Amino acid sequence: MSRTEIRITGFGGQGVVLAGYIIGRACAIEAGRHATLIQSFGPEARGSACSATLAVCDTEVLYPYIQRPDIFVVMSGEGYERYRAELKDDGVLIYEKDLVHPTPGAPDKAPLRLREGPAGPRAYGIPSTRIAESLGRAMVQNIVMVGFFTAVTQLVSRAQMRAAVQASVPPGTEELNLKAFDAGCAFFDTTYGEAAQSPALPASG
Amino acid sequence: MRADPAGVLTGVHYLDGDFACGEGAMAAGCRFVAGYPITPSTEVVERIARRFPRMGGTFVQMEDELASMAAVVGASWTGTKSMTVTSGPGFSLMMENIGLAVMMETPCVVVNVQRGGPSTGLPTMVGQADMMQARWGSHGDYELIALCPQSPQEAFDLTIDAFNLSEQYRVPVLVMMDECVGHMTEKVIVRPAEDIEVVPRRLTAAPRGEFQPYRVDGRPVPEFARAGDGYRFHTTGLTHDERGYPVMNAECQEKCVRRLVDKIRGSAEQIVRFEEEGTEGADIVVVCYGITARVARLAVHLARERGVKAGVLRLVVVWPFPEQRIRELARHIRAFVVPEINYGQIVLEVERCAAGQAAVVPVPHGGGGVHDPSAICQSILRAAQ
Repeated sequence: MSRTEIRITGFGGQGVVLAGYIIGRACAIEAGRHATLIQSFGPEARGSACSATLAVCDTEVLYPYIQRPDIFVVMSGEGYERYRAELKDDGVLIYEKDLVHPTPGAPDKAPLRLREGPAGPRAYGIPSTRIAESLGRAMVQNIVMVGFFTAVTQLVSRAQMRAAVQASVPPGTEELNLKAFDAGCAFFDTTYGEAAQSPALPASG
Repeated sequence: MRADPAGVLTGVHYLDGDFACGEGAMAAGCRFVAGYPITPSTEVVERIARRFPRMGGTFVQMEDELASMAAVVGASWTGTKSMTVTSGPGFSLMMENIGLAVMMETPCVVVNVQRGGPSTGLPTMVGQADMMQARWGSHGDYELIALCPQSPQEAFDLTIDAFNLSEQYRVPVLVMMDECVGHMTEKVIVRPAEDIEVVPRRLTAAPRGEFQPYRVDGRPVPEFARAGDGYRFHTTGLTHDERGYPVMNAECQEKCVRRLVDKIRGSAEQIVRFEEEGTEGADIVVVCYGITARVARLAVHLARERGVKAGVLRLVVVWPFPEQRIRELARHIRAFVVPEINYGQIVLEVERCAAGQAAVVPVPHGGGGVHDPSAICQSILRAAQ
């Protein structure tokens, strides 16, 4: 039973939950796996740190919550500080480069290792807000991030994720959102080049 | 009868349990919903309120939960399939009029997306502590039906079943969801309308002057006349005769209330529904429902890896309780293990039915989260020793 746990965090208004919804939908519907999305409810969903989690499995997801994420997608500094300690030692960090400044090797909470080498880097940054702004709407930052996420993790194919984006965004905004998705993928290809050929996730899942 | 396609959103969706419940209601033919917003149930009515205008449905945001339940009873008497949606605090306020619906034999569905209690408790977090309230919360003797979905897919499917059972038995049917299922998003398949069976209201064909609203002629459930169809009749929460008029004596009480109780008890074997996994030859059977059933299945897998013969009995219908099956299992197993997100409710029923023939081990959780599967596994291992 291969199970992948994902946490996506940012501040309210960044589209954290929609990003989680799209990834979950791509896994559950486009790729035919099982994906359970849980979104944070309560005071933290109104203004400050906001979070969504996904458990993705080839078989039915029995335990709906995550324990230690394999993939940590961060779009705000606050979200990073709040959840950084739970990322698996060999997990993958995906972050908004201008808003999040990972601090590798902090001795008290040190799961994150920005390692280079044969396995490739485990932390992947993208200026997703700036890219979204260059497309004309900062609002599609989350979709840029979803594109980048897809390219980094190869959890599902780009075509599958693209279909999920198209099906999930408000009618009339598909073109802009798909452009944002493609821009996220393209940033990965140009910045991380060869790493694009192998998935960032450990083979064991 | 097939579902009205206007209410059926056929396709493969990625929905949370609350939305799926709303879709189930609309697919079942529900066209009246009254409610008062309360976390974690509000998304059910948000979904319905948005989609109802396209199918001629009416949603009313009432002043409170007492009025919501009263409006549902009234709407159902026009022949419209009706529902309300709430969580613990609102469920408490609905109790009186749920009793009225029982006494007047009003088909309706009440959804309770359970959160941590008592009182306002944990508005945004999971609980399963309203299970006994579901059974006994309104005063007097009565029977009703309660279902417990474990996933958004089941929130859809069981809400349809709830409407069908409410029509068949003319009784309020409770959909006892929990916050975790309500707020989790998963794949939900909505079948085409022609594949969804719905039970219509059984309307009387009696001549106008002869109709008596509570005459059963040996059947468990009387025929229905819609308000506005021209039948003159009376219905009341007071103990009543076949004409629906109050009769204040022990004889009428016995006849009236006995039938209300017996129409469910007498059909319990048809109504109860459960799923079993690995109970054949098991030493330990975990009895569970709702979100806890999923966590418990994981625990059972862990226990089996350690060599314990453990199985699962998942309650899909919790009320009426599957007494017969628990009794049979009790004769062959060593112990029941009963995890639930409360300090011991359904475990009492298991204990009652096991009647000392098998040990019964509660695994309580106060709410605000689901069990750690290893805690359930530990209880299984201890019970197996």
